[in-house]
Amino acid sequence: MGDSAGTLDGDAGLGLLRAMWRIRVFEERVGALTRANEVHGLVHLSVGQEGVAAGVCGQLRPDDAVYSGHRAHGHALAKGAPPGPVLAELMGRDGGLCRGLGGSMHLVDREHGLLGATGVVGGNVPLALGSALARRLLGGDQVAVVFFGDGAVQGGIFVETVNLATLWRLPVILVCENNGFAEFTPRSAHTNVERVSDVVAPYGLERETVDGNDVVAVRDTFARFLAAARAGGGPALLECLTHRLRGHYEGDPQQYRDALAAEEWQELDPILRLQRRGAAEGWLDEDVPARLEGEARDEVEAAERFARESPFPPASVTSEFVYAE
Amino acid sequence: MAHELPYIAAIEEAIREEMERDESVLYFGQNIATHENDPFLKQFGSDRVRVTPISETAEIGMAVGTAIAGYRPVVELYMAEFMLVAMDQVVNEANRFHYMSAGQVKVPLVLKAGYGFTAGWAGQHTGTIYGMFMGVPGLKVAVPATAADAKGLMTTAIRDDNPVAYFHHYLLTLEHGDAPDGEYAVPFGEAAVRREGTDVTIVAIGWCVDRALAAAEQLAAAGVSAEVIDPRTLAPLDTATILGSVAKTGRLVVVDQSTRHGSAAAVIAAEVASEGFDSLQAPVKLVTALDATIPYSKPMEDYLLPDEAKIVAAAQQALGSAPVTA
Repeated sequence: MGDSAGTLDGDAGLGLLRAMWRIRVFEERVGALTRANEVHGLVHLSVGQEGVAAGVCGQLRPDDAVYSGHRAHGHALAKGAPPGPVLAELMGRDGGLCRGLGGSMHLVDREHGLLGATGVVGGNVPLALGSALARRLLGGDQVAVVFFGDGAVQGGIFVETVNLATLWRLPVILVCENNGFAEFTPRSAHTNVERVSDVVAPYGLERETVDGNDVVAVRDTFARFLAAARAGGGPALLECLTHRLRGHYEGDPQQYRDALAAEEWQELDPILRLQRRGAAEGWLDEDVPARLEGEARDEVEAAERFARESPFPPASVTSEFVYAE
Repeated sequence: MAHELPYIAAIEEAIREEMERDESVLYFGQNIATHENDPFLKQFGSDRVRVTPISETAEIGMAVGTAIAGYRPVVELYMAEFMLVAMDQVVNEANRFHYMSAGQVKVPLVLKAGYGFTAGWAGQHTGTIYGMFMGVPGLKVAVPATAADAKGLMTTAIRDDNPVAYFHHYLLTLEHGDAPDGEYAVPFGEAAVRREGTDVTIVAIGWCVDRALAAAEQLAAAGVSAEVIDPRTLAPLDTATILGSVAKTGRLVVVDQSTRHGSAAAVIAAEVASEGFDSLQAPVKLVTALDATIPYSKPMEDYLLPDEAKIVAAAQQALGSAPVTA
């Protein structure tokens, strides 16, 4: 696929590139820490899908609500969650965002508007309706965004949510990261409907399918939906076709798919694509990618130091939060 | 001052008074506010009172999200079984968010669910399923047996910062009782001693409370003094009051309309066996429904459910005494 026709100034391009490098380097470190058994639980990486998180979250404010799912690290970082507490959470430390009670699949950072992440596919989708309804009742121009994969779309909960969102014209933007695989199963084995944006066609909401590895296309289409939702418009669905470079989870033997050839990946990788574009358009100097990668590496080193210096939580935390007082 | 009103009206009175007091209280549900003369719709408007499609998962999920955003939704579910359609939202999302976020978000939500409609409504609208929710961390479970508690527990449920499954019994709907005027909140986790006694403790839940009180009358006529305890909430459960009563009487009968295995009755029996074994002078007796789906036919429905005679018989067994003639 070719790059989107949207125009990009240098600052915006560098911002998107920086956001993607931060996620890439962070998640590669998480993968290494998982293999070293320093991150001990179930971890799902979004390596290859960074264009969606960067293109969407970079435009949101802290008071916009985001819900994510089991593959949430990129969304959390792009929404503003500090890398130290995110990594500390993954390592089960007291200094983690959720004091080690949530882990990789349940990142919450209320201060930055990441209100929830669920480990049950589709379980997060209707939650965003609640944020959108709250905004409708309160006034204001906040929006609610929910990220989910194409695997969630075959569940009744998805259609129920789309129905309510459109019926009540709620300011919610549904962002589907269609990476072609629902956990370990190709989309073709789950449904005859190739495009998620076609599933919602009868409901009459704004919908578009974009090349999710083209961060500029993601950004520009989302910007249109966002402006409409802020202005009191109804819901929208943004389907981003993307590719999960790693397995469903860290350690997945991936017997269900062929490895992508290296040259194919060079074409798809959202970071490399934006760098080629930046070079061609003249806003990206040759030495900048290495510098951005280095900055991201420094950030993740600091995050890892923070996490390692944080103790494991005391046993009292186990029962402290069962009920809100 | 108190006033007499039906159980269902007491529930609605609590919702209305809380909606008047607190603008963050919302009311969602299927088949509510479907016409312009609906009293809630007229008083509170279509922003706060909303009819939803028959989409329990999205309906409850939306309510969870609204609660996270700072509102206090009450979801009208009609039949408790309809909650089962949305089990992920009820027992795996709503109840876990406060915990998994280490307290960053709260989910003040009331799921209003009618149960136990054993009046020929057959297998899927009659279940007494509160026991399924009793061991769900983060979820509270209220089971009012009287009009006063119907009001007071609903008020507390709405004010609570946690998700609450509020189970009201359909056969109590039009039963009249006295409820206090104005704001009235019954604290969670405080059982009510409905009748004091010294020979046997009868713990009865929800609809079974009246059956247990009638059985206690029969037992009294035979010279047996039964204490009747209504837990009022199953989560949190006031085990202290139950254990204190058993320490006095030495005998326990638990009455629960639900199936026996995995029931609230079984949990209460286990608590007493574990923490009050030294007090017991006889095995704990459970009076529950059979482990079967509720049948349609009236005689079979009666056969399967707890009743006064079964409670009396269980108390006699616990006491090792001769049968009481009614």
